[in-house]
Amino acid sequence: MDFVDYYKTLGVAKNASADDIKKAYRKLARKLHPDLNPNDKDAHKKFQQINEANEVLSDPEKRKKYDQYGENWKHADQYEKAKQQQGRQGFGSGGFGGGEYTYSSEDDSAFSDFFESLFGGSGRTGRRSNTKFRGQDYSAELHLSLSDAYKTHKQTLTINGKNVRITIPAGVENGQVIRLKGYGSLGANGGPSGDLLITFVINNNTSFRRDGNDLHKTEDIDLYTAVLGGEKTIDTMDGKIKLKVNAGTQNGTKVRLKGKGFPLYKKEGEHGDLYVTWNIKVPTHLTEKQKELFTELSKLST
Amino acid sequence: MEQEELIPAEDFCIHHNIEYSFISSLENSGLISVTSVQSSTYIPVDEVHKLEKFVRLHYDLDINIEGIETINYLLERIEEMQREILNLRNKL
Repeated sequence: MDFVDYYKTLGVAKNASADDIKKAYRKLARKLHPDLNPNDKDAHKKFQQINEANEVLSDPEKRKKYDQYGENWKHADQYEKAKQQQGRQGFGSGGFGGGEYTYSSEDDSAFSDFFESLFGGSGRTGRRSNTKFRGQDYSAELHLSLSDAYKTHKQTLTINGKNVRITIPAGVENGQVIRLKGYGSLGANGGPSGDLLITFVINNNTSFRRDGNDLHKTEDIDLYTAVLGGEKTIDTMDGKIKLKVNAGTQNGTKVRLKGKGFPLYKKEGEHGDLYVTWNIKVPTHLTEKQKELFTELSKLST
Repeated sequence: MEQEELIPAEDFCIHHNIEYSFISSLENSGLISVTSVQSSTYIPVDEVHKLEKFVRLHYDLDINIEGIETINYLLERIEEMQREILNLRNKL
């Protein structure tokens, strides 16, 4: 556990007045408030830090205790012992194909271990940001590979002891968010529960490039196939396919394979297209015989 | 017709310790929509999230209604741009 310099967090001097501290906190809060920084985890974290600093420095008693013990923090073994396990409940994942969850709540009141040890879990005073009515939203990331996203999955998530069965339809996009209404934290005073927002993070484990519902890939063919025509077997997302290569194929020629792309989200059976770009490999390290034949060819063509 | 869950504005104000006039100002500027049933005002559940955000901006950060309107507009643009950036990144 590290010592936290609350004065530094708020950018004020050690002898700052209560008014200086209030001003510094408000100024930073206007900049870092989560409502003003959507989808910015860094700002959310910093906001927690300034809240914590303000909680301590704006309370004369806490400030005194912090000033007394703070500097000698590392020697204060008794506080180390008091270190508490942060009661964080996460997801139990049923797990498929390497799917993985990370979980975070949008709870601005999660304070550092340092704070909890010095002041205990009940050290914080009531603040507006604590739930008064509507429960807080939880946000979670669901990591899956591109090949997982190709197929529809059923998945059971355990959220705070409740089992939730969700279907992840084929064709989800990287960064797509689904909202499970009412699966956030409970509301207070008769207010509604928050929601659970799941963001899909898709990592590409394939040789395809995905552009919406279309897939793109580049395939090598040798010079002779390009010149004379022939066949080439390529991998698609659902198995191998044999493609005809026309005689006289130019480098960079694109072939469109209709319906061999990515599934359309919530449109079962429909797929985008697969675009294959031919990359012609020009032979190098020619043998004497080959060189001779190429020279002969070049003479014929001029 | 789909039934909409409604929350009495009075309850909301009591639990948040705010004035009802704040809600009506927000409604007047089109930032939230409320429903009236027999001279009582109700907040649709789907609006509560937004409303609580505006409460925080006003009571925690001292931002007035005009400021909230501006921030709301800019936030919508930020979110739109974040979506666009994500789409462009996905294409790469």
